[in-house]
Amino acid sequence: MDKRLQVPITEEEARSLRAGEKLLLNGVIYTARDAAHKRLTEQQEKGEMLPVDMENIAIYYAGPAPAKPGQVIGSCGPTTSGRMDLYAPKLMAWGQTMMIGKGLRNEKVIEAMQKYGAVYVTAIGGAGALLSKCVTEMACTAYEDLGAEAIYKLTVKDFPVIVTIDCLGNNLYETGKQEYAEKKV
Amino acid sequence: MKIVNVKEIAEAVKKMCIEANYYLPEDIYGALKEGEKNEVSPVGKDILKDICVNADIAREDGIPICQDTGTAVFFVKLGQEVYIEGGLLEEAINEGVRQGYKEGYLRKSIVENPLYRKNTGDNTPAIIHYEITKGDALEILIAPKGGGSENMSKVYMLTPSQGIEGVKKAVMETVIQAGPNACLPVVVGIGIGGNFEKCALLAKHAITRNIGSSNSDPRMAQLEEELFEEINRLGIGPQGLGGKVTALAVHIETYPCHIASMPLAVNIGCHVNRHMSVKL
Repeated sequence: MDKRLQVPITEEEARSLRAGEKLLLNGVIYTARDAAHKRLTEQQEKGEMLPVDMENIAIYYAGPAPAKPGQVIGSCGPTTSGRMDLYAPKLMAWGQTMMIGKGLRNEKVIEAMQKYGAVYVTAIGGAGALLSKCVTEMACTAYEDLGAEAIYKLTVKDFPVIVTIDCLGNNLYETGKQEYAEKKV
Repeated sequence: MKIVNVKEIAEAVKKMCIEANYYLPEDIYGALKEGEKNEVSPVGKDILKDICVNADIAREDGIPICQDTGTAVFFVKLGQEVYIEGGLLEEAINEGVRQGYKEGYLRKSIVENPLYRKNTGDNTPAIIHYEITKGDALEILIAPKGGGSENMSKVYMLTPSQGIEGVKKAVMETVIQAGPNACLPVVVGIGIGGNFEKCALLAKHAITRNIGSSNSDPRMAQLEEELFEEINRLGIGPQGLGGKVTALAVHIETYPCHIASMPLAVNIGCHVNRHMSVKL
């Protein structure tokens, strides 16, 4: 049975999660992708107040499709996390405890996760229709002009993810591949 | 001679944009189901099951399979006995994209200038490849392409002495580097020959071929098979979390090339490998 987890989580909770654990997220997460990350860091550099509280925030790297009438949100799978690697350590320093996305992270991100106590979980890339069913509320929080790239506050119910890199540096991408590889390439 | 009105073209393109993004092609769906059966990793098996459920939800609810409804890529075969009336073919296709992405609630993912990045707001312009053919048919193939997998694609300017081994090495390198970023399991499109731009076009076209088909040259069909098996021995698996089902297919297309060259392009197609065509 997959473990239900209330989000956002504290640094302590982030440090207790382990790579390979399957979770169902319940609570509040915020979307942000390339353009929003760029704008957040630019605002911070200028000393401006950020439009969303970063303390313990769970950020979902995603840019949803538009909602059809009657839908809460359009299809909303994760985007490739690596493009946020440049910004992620800063956001963790400001208090982010969870990154939700898909794909590889660089060394600096993995080091920052250990230093600040943040966890990297992945959702199924390309399963946007399925994941849209796990969002019960959606509201634009900031940067509305960015359209799909704006920051949206999502209330999620049993949103399925897998802990992929934990605070100890355990990395399911590496261990999973090693387990099933038939030969060294 | 056959007369085709631009309105008819725009209407057909609109419909294709929506349908291609809602309905996963049968060949891909079948390959995913087959993968679910064969996958030995429990995590991988669950992922493949969810990917199929996702396609079912999209089809039943009439919503995009993936939020990245892509760059609208077209391969147009225009019979030279076709007369297009009422306007320009290119404008008709873009009009169809504009309407389809709006009416289908598809994401608009195109920015005007690559450095200044202002969204065009309607997913135009499309990327259109034309081929003039004989006869009086107008055939339009759409292959909406997401950014995640496209970013992991590569072009190599190999030289003749690198031979088949050089091709294999480069393809494996591309797949390994793409790793979990490209929404696995993937369809690997390979273009060999032509020149710098031609090989990329061949590779893109190769991912639109139906799974289960082979290159008509038995030597290339064998290379497709060998690469397919080798990729699925890597252990990368569904979503890169470990497993046997890393690729759903490997498709190769070739073209004659210069005596000094052996260009190679590898286009990675994600598991939402959308393609459909219409004949007017």
